[in-house]
Amino acid sequence: MAHSATSALMANPWNDPEAQPFIRIQGVSKSFGDYVAVNKIDLDIYQGELFSLLGGSGCGKTTLLRMLAGFETPTEGKIFIDGVDMSSIPPYERPVNMMFQSYALFPHMSVEQNVAFGLKQDGVPKKEIAERVAAILDMVQMGKFASRKPHQLSGGQRQRVALARALVKEPKVLLLDEPLGALDKKLREKTQFELVNIQERIGITFIVVTHDQEEAMTMSTRMAVMNQGMIEQVGSPVEVYEYPATRFVGEFIGSANMFEGTVVEEATDHAVVRCPELDADIFINHATNLPPGAPVVAMVRPEKMKAQVEKPESQYNYVRGVVTEIAYLGDMSIYHVRLATGMVVQISQTNLRHTAEQRLTWDDEVYLTWHPGNCVVLAQ
Amino acid sequence: MNTGRRSVWLLTAMILGYAFLYGPILSLIVYSFNESRLVTVWGGFSTKWYGELLQNQKLLDAAFLSLKIAALTATGAVVLGTLAALVLVRFGRFRGRTLFSGMVTAPLVMPEVITGLALLLLFVALEQLVGWPSGRSMTTIVLAHVTFTMAFVTVVVQSRLAQMDRSIEEAAMDLGARPFKVFMVITLPMIAPSLIAAWLLAFTLSLDDLVIASFVSGPGSTTLPMVVFSSVRLGVTPEINALATIIVALVAVGILVAARIQHRQDKQREKDMQRAYASE
Repeated sequence: MAHSATSALMANPWNDPEAQPFIRIQGVSKSFGDYVAVNKIDLDIYQGELFSLLGGSGCGKTTLLRMLAGFETPTEGKIFIDGVDMSSIPPYERPVNMMFQSYALFPHMSVEQNVAFGLKQDGVPKKEIAERVAAILDMVQMGKFASRKPHQLSGGQRQRVALARALVKEPKVLLLDEPLGALDKKLREKTQFELVNIQERIGITFIVVTHDQEEAMTMSTRMAVMNQGMIEQVGSPVEVYEYPATRFVGEFIGSANMFEGTVVEEATDHAVVRCPELDADIFINHATNLPPGAPVVAMVRPEKMKAQVEKPESQYNYVRGVVTEIAYLGDMSIYHVRLATGMVVQISQTNLRHTAEQRLTWDDEVYLTWHPGNCVVLAQ
Repeated sequence: MNTGRRSVWLLTAMILGYAFLYGPILSLIVYSFNESRLVTVWGGFSTKWYGELLQNQKLLDAAFLSLKIAALTATGAVVLGTLAALVLVRFGRFRGRTLFSGMVTAPLVMPEVITGLALLLLFVALEQLVGWPSGRSMTTIVLAHVTFTMAFVTVVVQSRLAQMDRSIEEAAMDLGARPFKVFMVITLPMIAPSLIAAWLLAFTLSLDDLVIASFVSGPGSTTLPMVVFSSVRLGVTPEINALATIIVALVAVGILVAARIQHRQDKQREKDMQRAYASE
């Protein structure tokens, strides 16, 4: 018992108050003229993490990454990497390497020369360069393409070369800007796992910028969800998905049904929220820490709702509606259910059998129910 | 019926169009093989004017001088024009950028007479003040030509630089190369095709220029266009036709070779791409 607790602490340094962050971003802002791209961000990232910066376009995630690489100077605040203030250190002297969204391979050099470029700049002996380049190309399975030029490679191969080139110098931190953005879906899923494997094997801290929530969920130890230059939430994929801190996070990660309402009852072990959209009040099996009367948003994920034909016995946590749309996705189906108020609620059900016994169909009247622990209440 | 008439109409238009563009050059080539001294009267086939051209020392000297000036001009203009383009594309918004950009490209629209006159006045004033350049010579022509061809180089290189993926240079810097090294080993090789194009453009413009050279040339520095122009004033000789034919032939061969190389590179590239995707 005690053993597993310590190992959990070691695996999750962010839960350990003693742990020293490897990268410390302190009150960093960046403005371009009147436009504030990054707004007073504080963030600690620990050694060996695979940390994702997730957000829509224009949320400031790439600007933050570029400040870590040294291509942009913060308007305010400081960045420390391994305890060293990076303010006056130019990009070519930072212990970080970056993998660019466009891969940015040197078009006039072969794969081998591309990968060797960084080592050459450091004056590494020729023999050692050749060995290290060969080793890293083997690791990304590009050994037999060493003499090709970038334009003779496919997208997936270029991605591997870019990764090898950024890794070969064994940086303290590897920055990846939309590393899988240019790959098709199948290849992307495969590469996600490869990236995680490589990261675990070499133990370098990865910081990944992505707009793809699935990618962030699959790969990260922790992620920061960004919006309009600020961080909305930092946490593990599970925390961010199951317990979003804000309405934005809830809506950005996965799908969510949001019901606006007010707290009508608040106790230490439960709370009740009343929503005009719903037939019954929402019962939550924990405290919301909000006073009665406070305006809130109650969020229930589509997969956490169940549809049934009979009226539920409980006086809480249900709503009646009519099935209006069904999207069959193979592994699961998504149903749109219109409530009496006109609001459309989304639910999803796993297709466990070829033909379910109680398959829903269009125009069915159903009751949607959910467990008291599956509703998240967010302050408005 | 309808299409028949239309194709006849199209064909006529095409022939007239080509005739308008290439008729004069064709007649020039034909008459360079004319036996007669009179340019407008056909006196039978002969290559004697080509022989006489080789004897004409004045014309040959002028041609050699023009080539030398053009090569020096093109080289100088590419260096300065590339620097100007770099400043305009890479240095963001600095004070006086708009003014600089306007000044650099002004020679594109400036009447040559004014450029030539202004440069002549400058050279004269400079000679009186600092004693350099002493007199008008090849040096002054090169300086004048660099001044006006630099604008063309800047425009060509600027557009290439603006298209270039900035992150390639950033990647080089990220991998530890200092800015100057990045420029030498990454930027320069990548913009090389545009530098060659700009060099050729500057070379051609310099070789072709009559107006500005007339203003700033001195005794003993007579360029080919100047010789041709002054001899034409006394009446066109078939020798000039022969010279023009040689130039046309050289240009045509140059274009053909360039087109072939380009075509082969494109083919190779296409093959490489197919191979890359097939091996995925």
